[in-house]
Amino acid sequence: MAKPVIDAEKCKGCGLCINFCHKGLLKKTGKLNALGAVYVEFDEDKNTCGGCCFCALVCPECCIEVQK
Amino acid sequence: MLFLRPGLSGMLYRGAKVNKEKKILLSGNEAIAEGSIQAGCRFYAGYPITPQNELTAYMARRMPEAGGVFIQAESEIAAINMVLGAAASGIRAMTSSSSPGISLKQEGISYLAGAELPAVIVNMMRGGPGLGNIMSSQSDYFQATKGGGHGDYHCLVLAPSRVQESFDAMFSAFSLAEKYRVPSIILGDGMLGQVMEPFSVRDPAAFAGEKTVKVPKPWALTGCAGRGPNVVKSFYLRDGDLEDFNLRLQKKYAVILKKEARYEGTMLKDADLVLVAYGTMARICSAVVRRLRKEGKKAGLIRPVTLWPFPVQAFLPKASPARTFLVVEMSYGQMLEDVKLALNGRAQVSFIGRAGGGFPLEEVIAAEARKL
Amino acid sequence: MKKIFSRPESLRDAATHYCPGCGHGIAHRLVAEVIDLLGVREKVIAVAPVGCAVVAYDYWDFDCCEAAHGRALAVATGIKRCRPDRVVFTYQGDGDLAAIGTNETIHAANRGENLTVVFVNNAIYGMTGGQMAPTTLIGQVTSTTPGGRQAELQGYPLKISEMLAMLPGVKYVERRGLFCPQEIIKAKAALHLAFDNQIRGGGFSLVELLSPCPTYWGMSPAAAMDWIRDTMVKEFPLGRIK
Repeated sequence: MAKPVIDAEKCKGCGLCINFCHKGLLKKTGKLNALGAVYVEFDEDKNTCGGCCFCALVCPECCIEVQK
Repeated sequence: MLFLRPGLSGMLYRGAKVNKEKKILLSGNEAIAEGSIQAGCRFYAGYPITPQNELTAYMARRMPEAGGVFIQAESEIAAINMVLGAAASGIRAMTSSSSPGISLKQEGISYLAGAELPAVIVNMMRGGPGLGNIMSSQSDYFQATKGGGHGDYHCLVLAPSRVQESFDAMFSAFSLAEKYRVPSIILGDGMLGQVMEPFSVRDPAAFAGEKTVKVPKPWALTGCAGRGPNVVKSFYLRDGDLEDFNLRLQKKYAVILKKEARYEGTMLKDADLVLVAYGTMARICSAVVRRLRKEGKKAGLIRPVTLWPFPVQAFLPKASPARTFLVVEMSYGQMLEDVKLALNGRAQVSFIGRAGGGFPLEEVIAAEARKL
Repeated sequence: MKKIFSRPESLRDAATHYCPGCGHGIAHRLVAEVIDLLGVREKVIAVAPVGCAVVAYDYWDFDCCEAAHGRALAVATGIKRCRPDRVVFTYQGDGDLAAIGTNETIHAANRGENLTVVFVNNAIYGMTGGQMAPTTLIGQVTSTTPGGRQAELQGYPLKISEMLAMLPGVKYVERRGLFCPQEIIKAKAALHLAFDNQIRGGGFSLVELLSPCPTYWGMSPAAAMDWIRDTMVKEFPLGRIK
């Protein structure tokens, strides 16, 4: 299976990745990073990620790397 | 059908072999263009405006011959920004215009200063303000020497007064601009641009002893092969960065003030009256000095060659012992202020000036001088 | 596990100053990806004028020249004419390209300068706090159209890309959006063609990217993406214009 690796320190919590992940595998952690943003995390136990890279494509901070 | 082009001189001298010994006859405008090309300028962008159109037309013919780029831009603003791009890529670049067009370029010139880019801007001054007229003037002195754009910056300002000197000045304009990474301005006027005089292409560096030195440009934008990326900018947002940059500029200007101020002095040692004039006005004043000398009056002349840095050394007692100075300009007194600052009250300063296209005549100046 | 999506080499691994959900970050990445794809990072010279993206040189890892507001295409003309073998592109906002810089834009295009233009259209002035842009839609509220843009007072959204397409010197014009992954992929393809045109000496190429500005549209990032899809695209239809 594939998975997105999110650089928590660069994420600004814009939520676009969550919005475009049609499997709902990404969610806000509720924790703040150094930027003061509520960063996003990949839901490890729901690992049905097919590696479509939609999350990475829409990320304005280019802080999502996808591995397969 | 033969089209009779304006500026017959251009037709006669199309492709004239520029022979080192032989003199060639060109207008001031065209001599500036030829001088620039021989000084290594390979990019020119201009826009039509009288009284400097012959310069643009000459460049349109000669620049491609020299393997350079000629563009008639859509505006003076576009032209100065094209020059900024060419200069940023490491090429010797230049634009020319006249007073109203130079006003349009002020933001671009401030950006050149802010990005420490060498480039040459030629202003063949005309009557102002506003649309003014196309006669000669020296009313842009403040704009050129005090900085017409925003921010604390200076341009090197060179003021040739003859066609030969206009040709030679281009070598200094480019090499000094590159030596200090500042924009340099050639401040001429409509008369200097239109007058035709024979000049020779002898030792180009003769102008004020400036060597045509090739300065390496590691900062230029050429593509980052083999080095880290270069950035040409004048934007300093982080707290304190812009102030640091300004301090660096001020240090540079202090060196220029100390080392590059130039003037031509005539019979100053025994003069008890010194005329002060630059450019075309200096030619008329040198005739006045000769006339007064014949009448037994000890007159002398200071002709600033660089207007910024202003040659304050010419006004020291050891250079000009005189205690009476007469400043003559085609304006209502702009260089006058720098003369007063240089003298700082140690001598009496009088002024004769006309603007709006008129200029003080020889007899008028002589009459005034006799009274001093 | 193999990396199937990662940061392009030409894009620095730096946090940006852009607002959360801003389209500039996506556009920066696409440009960097295309430059990597074409293998021209060491031959590229970017021109970034005043606007939110004036500090793009902090994010791109290649030579970059700053330009005064509206003058990017004049600066780029100077660079390209002097360095014809370099890949020169401008990255301009709607205010820069279609308001203060319209004259430079039209004439660089009309001269058919062999340049690539990345035109980020977010229908507003971002850097200065959300003023009306030439591409602001009718009825769109901005700090200078508090009651919404009115045609009688402020004229109509300017179709600069369609205008430029009629100039013989212009070789390629396409309008894409950054509002969903599918469109972002097409935007990358358009940028690839626009840069490739220049490399093959093809002349003036421009790609307009409809880009979200959540902060000054007063929307969430996701809502801003939808607004482009549902509203902005009606005024600025996507596709190849020339």
